[in-house]
Amino acid sequence: MQDVIKKIEDYSSRNGIMLPNPVTEYVAGIAEEEKLKDPELHDLVRLFSRICERNRGLEGEELLKAVEDEYLRILKVRELVKRKRAKFPPRLIEEIAEAIKRHGLSDDELDELVRGVRRAYERAMVEAGEAVGTVAAQSVGEPGTQMTMRTFHYAGVAELNVTLGLPRLIEIVDARKKISTPTMSIYFEGDRKYDEEFVRKKANKICKSTLNDVLKNFSIQYADMSVEAELDEEKIREKHLEYDDIIAKVEKTFKKVEIDNNILRFEPPKPTIRELRLLADKVRKLQISGVKNIGKVVIRKEDDEWVIHTEGSNLGDRFKEEGVDKVRTTTNDIHEIETVLGIEAARNAIIHEAKRTMEEQGLTVDIRHIMLVADMMTADGSVKSIGRHGISGEKASVLARASFEETGKHLLRASIRGEVDHLTGIIENIIIGQPIPLGTGSVSVIMKK
Amino acid sequence: MRGILKKISQINFGLMSPEDIRKMSVAQIVTPDTYDEDGYPIENELMDPRLGVIGSSLRCRSCGAKGGECPGHFGSINLARPVIHVGFADTIHKILSSICRKCSRILLTETEIQDYRQRILEAMEREESLTPIIKEIYAEARRDRCPHCEEEQEEIKLDKPVSIVEGDYKLTPSEVRERLERITDNDSLLLGVNPEVARPEWMVLTVLPVPPVTVRPSITLETGERSEDDLTHKLVDILRINQRLKENMEAGAPQLIVEDLWELLQYHVTTYFDNEASGVPPARHRSGRPLKTLAQRLKGKEGRFRSNLSGKRVNFSARTVVSPDPNVSVNEVGVPELIAKEVTVPVYVTEWNIDRMKEHIENGPDVHPGANYVIRPDGRKIRAYNETKDVVLENLKPGYIVERHLKDGDIVLFNRQPSLHRMSMMAHEVRVLPYKTFRLNLCVCPPYNADFDGDEMNMHVFQTEESRAEAKTLMRVQDHILSPRFRDLSSGVYTTISQEHTSSQGKRLFSVRSRPPDPQEGRAPPPDREGREWTVKEIFSMVLPDDLNMVYLAEICRKCDECLEMDWENDAYVVIENGQLITGVIDEKAYGAFAGKILDQIVKEYGSDAAKEFLDSATKLAIAGIMHAGFTTSTNDEEIPEEAKERIEAHLRNAEARVDQLIEAYENGELEPLPGRSLEETLEMKIMQVLGEAKDKSGEIAESYFDMDENHAVIMALTGARGAMLNLTQITACVGQQSVHGGRITRGYDNRTLPHFKKGELGAKSRGFVHSSYKEDSILLEFMGGREGLVDTAIRTAQSGYMQRRLVNALQDLTVDENGRVVDNRGVIIQTRFGEDGVDPAKSDYGKIVDLDKLVQEIRLKSGK
Repeated sequence: MQDVIKKIEDYSSRNGIMLPNPVTEYVAGIAEEEKLKDPELHDLVRLFSRICERNRGLEGEELLKAVEDEYLRILKVRELVKRKRAKFPPRLIEEIAEAIKRHGLSDDELDELVRGVRRAYERAMVEAGEAVGTVAAQSVGEPGTQMTMRTFHYAGVAELNVTLGLPRLIEIVDARKKISTPTMSIYFEGDRKYDEEFVRKKANKICKSTLNDVLKNFSIQYADMSVEAELDEEKIREKHLEYDDIIAKVEKTFKKVEIDNNILRFEPPKPTIRELRLLADKVRKLQISGVKNIGKVVIRKEDDEWVIHTEGSNLGDRFKEEGVDKVRTTTNDIHEIETVLGIEAARNAIIHEAKRTMEEQGLTVDIRHIMLVADMMTADGSVKSIGRHGISGEKASVLARASFEETGKHLLRASIRGEVDHLTGIIENIIIGQPIPLGTGSVSVIMKK
Repeated sequence: MRGILKKISQINFGLMSPEDIRKMSVAQIVTPDTYDEDGYPIENELMDPRLGVIGSSLRCRSCGAKGGECPGHFGSINLARPVIHVGFADTIHKILSSICRKCSRILLTETEIQDYRQRILEAMEREESLTPIIKEIYAEARRDRCPHCEEEQEEIKLDKPVSIVEGDYKLTPSEVRERLERITDNDSLLLGVNPEVARPEWMVLTVLPVPPVTVRPSITLETGERSEDDLTHKLVDILRINQRLKENMEAGAPQLIVEDLWELLQYHVTTYFDNEASGVPPARHRSGRPLKTLAQRLKGKEGRFRSNLSGKRVNFSARTVVSPDPNVSVNEVGVPELIAKEVTVPVYVTEWNIDRMKEHIENGPDVHPGANYVIRPDGRKIRAYNETKDVVLENLKPGYIVERHLKDGDIVLFNRQPSLHRMSMMAHEVRVLPYKTFRLNLCVCPPYNADFDGDEMNMHVFQTEESRAEAKTLMRVQDHILSPRFRDLSSGVYTTISQEHTSSQGKRLFSVRSRPPDPQEGRAPPPDREGREWTVKEIFSMVLPDDLNMVYLAEICRKCDECLEMDWENDAYVVIENGQLITGVIDEKAYGAFAGKILDQIVKEYGSDAAKEFLDSATKLAIAGIMHAGFTTSTNDEEIPEEAKERIEAHLRNAEARVDQLIEAYENGELEPLPGRSLEETLEMKIMQVLGEAKDKSGEIAESYFDMDENHAVIMALTGARGAMLNLTQITACVGQQSVHGGRITRGYDNRTLPHFKKGELGAKSRGFVHSSYKEDSILLEFMGGREGLVDTAIRTAQSGYMQRRLVNALQDLTVDENGRVVDNRGVIIQTRFGEDGVDPAKSDYGKIVDLDKLVQEIRLKSGK
C-alpha cells in the first residue's frame, strides 16, 4: 500500500497534480486491488485529478464521497460503452457520467443515451479520404484576412508588450528562431506562490537592472575629462541589491575608476570628448543584475498567487531556480520549449499559442485544425517551419517543390541526383493532368491477378 | 469510345549527355539568321523546317505532321569552346573544391568513402533527400593534401556567376571539364552526381540543344513585320559569337581575342539559361526590356509551373458582374441568357431523350433552350447552324452527343476569388434570366464574401456525369451552411432581415388578412377568429419546422446582470415551442451568418434541404414584411436633443480637463510611473484611458436619447443587421481618439502635430482627440487614423495571402486513411486519429461530439416524461 501511495505521489508531483490525501488513499486502494501497472496507474491518477477539479470546493468526507460516486459512474458508463462495443474518447465517457448526475438518469435512459451518443459519434466521424490538410490550412489561413496588423497589444499584463494578431500567427507557423517579443510567465509552487516577499526577491534577481537605475546623481565633467556618478543607497535597497556586488561589477568592467563610498569617478581611456560621451553611456548601461535574455519584469497578483511576467525568455535556467513551479511556468518561445521540454511540449505550445492568438482577435477556429498544423510541424521530431525552409522544401516530390518556390534550384538538383517523382501528391497530379489522390479521387479499382 | 486512360506512374529526372543531345537533334544549327528575303526559313538556321512548324499550311520535314500536330523537334549547336551551365556553377565549384587538382579523386580517405557511400546508398534505398549527406561531404572533403596522390591543394573560389578561380589563376571551362571528366563514377556519387543519370562533366556544355520552333514561335505583327521570340533572339546571339569564335580560332587569332570571345559566348549562354543570375547584367531587348529566357519562363507566379501547370485555363466557364435577387433561392444562381446560350452541357442521346434533344437542335444556336454542337459517335463535331440543322436532325440517333444550352435546373460551379476557403466554390442550380449579370441570393454573400459594388464571379459548367454527381453530393450550397472552420454557419442573412422582427413585439402588428400564406408551405393558417389580425410571430412561425423547440438569447440582449427572461420589455428572450415562436425577437442570432441559432438547429436536426427552405422562406418573409412596413434610415436617426449635446459637451470638457491635470502632474514630476514603464509611457497610457472612457460615456449619453423602437438605425445596430452602435455614436456624439501605431498622434511638424499648436503640447486636442461628431465639424487629424487603416489592410491581405499559400502547400497532401489516421502522400503518419477524437469539425456540435443535454431532453421527450 505504502509503495503505491509513494508512486502516486511521485507521479503527481512530477505532473503538477494535487490529490487530497483521502483521495490518494482511495486511488491506491483501487490500484492495489486491481494490480495496476504503472501506465494504467498514471491514467487513473490523471482521471482522479480531473474528477477532483470538477468537485472543487468540497472537502474531507464530502469530497471523498463525491469523488467515489463519480468514479463509480464513470466505471458504469465505461462498462456500458464496452458492452455496446463502442469506442469513446475518455473525455466523452466522463461527460456522460456527469450527465447522469446532472439529469439523474435511470439505467434505461443511460442505455438510450449511450446508444444516441454512439450514433452521433459515428455520424460525426471524418470520412476516409477527406482532405483534412487543405481544410485545416484554409481554416487557419482564411481568418488571417480578418486579423489586425497592429503588432503590439497589451495582453493581460498592461506593462508588457506582446506581439499579437497576424504578425504573431505568421511567426508561429514560420517557427522563427528569434521571436519578436519573447515573454515568460513564472509561477511558484507550494506556499511560495502566496509569499509576496519571496516572489519579489526572485523577480528582482532576474530583472535586468543597470547602474542608471540606482544612481542619485550623474554628471559628465568636461573640464577634468571624467564621468561622475553617485549611487543611491535607498534605491539599491529597494531593488534588493548589494552594494558590494555593484562595486565589484563596476571595478571588473572599468579600469580607470575611483571609488569613494557612493561617489564613482570614471575616466575615459583616451581624453577626447567622444570617448567621454561613449563612456558615459557605457557607465549608465552597465548591467548590475539580471539573467541572460531577460529584460523587464512585472509581478502580478492572479487569484491570490503572485506571478512573474518577464520580457525576454530563459526557460531552462528558470527551471533550475528553487520554488519555481515547473509545471505551469511557461514561455511563448516555441523553440525554447522544444529544447527544454521536448517535441511534444513544443507541439502543445504551438497549439496553445496559435489558439490564443486567434481567440484574442475574436476569431474561432476549431482546435482540430490547429492540432493538425502543429502535428505537421512537429511530425519528424523537430519543429519545422511551414514554407520553403521547412515542410514544403523537404517534400519528396520534385514537381511539388518546384511548383512552390525556387523552381530552378529544385529542377537542376533533381537532374544531377537522378531523382524520381512517384507522383503521389496533389500538386504533381494536377501538373500532369491526372485525378488527385484525395476524396473521390482516392478510390480506385484493384484488378484480380 | 474514349479509350483506356493511361496513368503516368513516375517521372525520372536526369542530365543530358552531349551524345544524347546530338542523337536527339534533327538539325545542326550554324547560321545566325532566321529567314531569307522572301520570308522562307533557311536550312541549318534557327527556323529550320526540320525543327517543326507552326501554322497549318506547312508540313514538318522531320515527322511529316501538319502544324499544330507536330510537337516540334530539337536541334543542336556545336559550341566552339565549352561553357559552364549557370545553374550548375555552384555545384561545379563545390565539386572542384572537394576533388584533387591532379588526380581528381575525392579528398576523402578510403574509409570515409566507404562510410559515406554506405549512407548514400541507404538513403537512396529509402528515397530520402541526399542533400544533407552531400553537404556534409562537401564540408568534409576540404584537405590541403590529397590522400590519394599527395598533391598539395589550392583554394578554389567561385567568382559569380560562372568563373572558377584557383588561387590566382582563372580556370577555363575546358580545364574545368577535364578535371570533372577524370572523376570516377564511384566518387561522383559521393559528390552528389548520380552516375546512373549524369556525369559531372556534362555540367560543362559542349553542345547546346536548340528548342523547336513551337517553343519559341515568331509572331507576325499587323504591319507584316516579323517579331521573334526572346529565346530566338538569344540563340541568334549565341550563334553569332560562336561563329566568330570558331573563325578566329581557325585563323589563329591571338589568345587574348579568343579568350574575349569565349567570355562573350559564356555570357550569352548564361543569359540564355537564366537572365536573372546574380552577377550578370541581364541581356536586354532593343527597347531596354530584359529578355525572358528559360529560367524566367518557368519560375514565379507567372511562370510555367504556377501559371500553366498548377492552374489551367478552361472552357465552358463564364464571368460577369453579380447582382442581388431575393427571388433566386440560396442554392440557385441567375444566369444571363447570353451566357446560357454560350456555355453548353453535353448530353448523350438515348431513346428516351431523343425527342427533347431534337427540340433543342430545332431551336438552333440562337434561340434559348437550343444546342450549339452535335458530336457524332466517330468524334466529329458538327455545328448546329440554322441552315444545317435539318441534316443534323435527320441523322441524330442514340449514341450522338448534343451540346445543348444551359437551362434551368442544371448544376454549375460558382466561384468568387480570392478562393480562401472551400465555401468560395459551391455548386448552384441554374436559373436562366434576362439581362447580363449573375443573380444570387443575399444569403450566399457571406461565404463568398461578395457584395454588389461591381464584384465579378465565375461560373463553370460540368462536362461529365461523374463531375456533376460529385458536385451534387458534395458541393451544393446547403451542404456548406455549416463551415468546417468553426462548426458554425457560413451563410445567412444579415441585412434588412432583422428589423422586421423587432417590430414584432406584439405592439405593432402588420396585417396580412388579405393575403393567405404561401401555399407552398402547405400548412393551414391559424384560425382567424373574430377577424383578429395575425401577429408577426405567428406568421414567422409558419416558416419554422413543426416540432422545433429551442430557447436562446437574441442579439439585442443587453446582457443585464439579472436576466428577466420572458418579462423583459425588449423581448430578447426567444422561446420556440413546437414550431411556434412564443416570445422573442428574430435577429442576427436567429439566422445571421456565423451566428444563427435557429438555422444551426434546423441544419442539424432537419438536414440541409430543410435549412435551405427555411433560409429562402424566411428571407422572402422578411422582405415582404419590409415592403409592408417600410424601412429606411436617414440622418434624422442620428439626431439628439440640444440637452444631450450639452451633456456630452460638458462631459468631454471635463475629460479634457482631467487630461490637463495629468499633464500638469507629469510636468511637476508628481506622476507615479507604472511598474516597468517610463514616465512618458505612463502619461500616454493614462491619457488614452481617460479619453477612451470619455468617448464611451458620451456615446452612452447619446444612446440613452435614442428611441429603440422607432429609430431604424438603432434597430439595425442592435439586431446586428448592419452597422454598430459605435458608428451611430461617432456620428452623433464624439468621434474619439485617432490613433496611429496604437498610440496618440505624434507625427507631423517639429514637436507638434499641426502648426497651430504649441511645440511640445500634450493636450487632448493637439494629439488627435476629435471631440466633435461626424455630423459637426471635422478635424484635420481625423485622416491619420483612417490612413493607417488603409495601409494596414493593403499589407495584411498580401501577408495573409502568402501565409495561406504556404499553409495549403504544406498540408495539402494530408488525408484520412481507412483506419482513421492522418497520413501524407509518403505514408508518414501525422496523427493516429484526426483531432485526437476523429470528429469532423463541420459535423460536430460546436466543436463537441454531441450535446448531451439536448440528447437527454430528446430521450425524455420520446419516452413521454
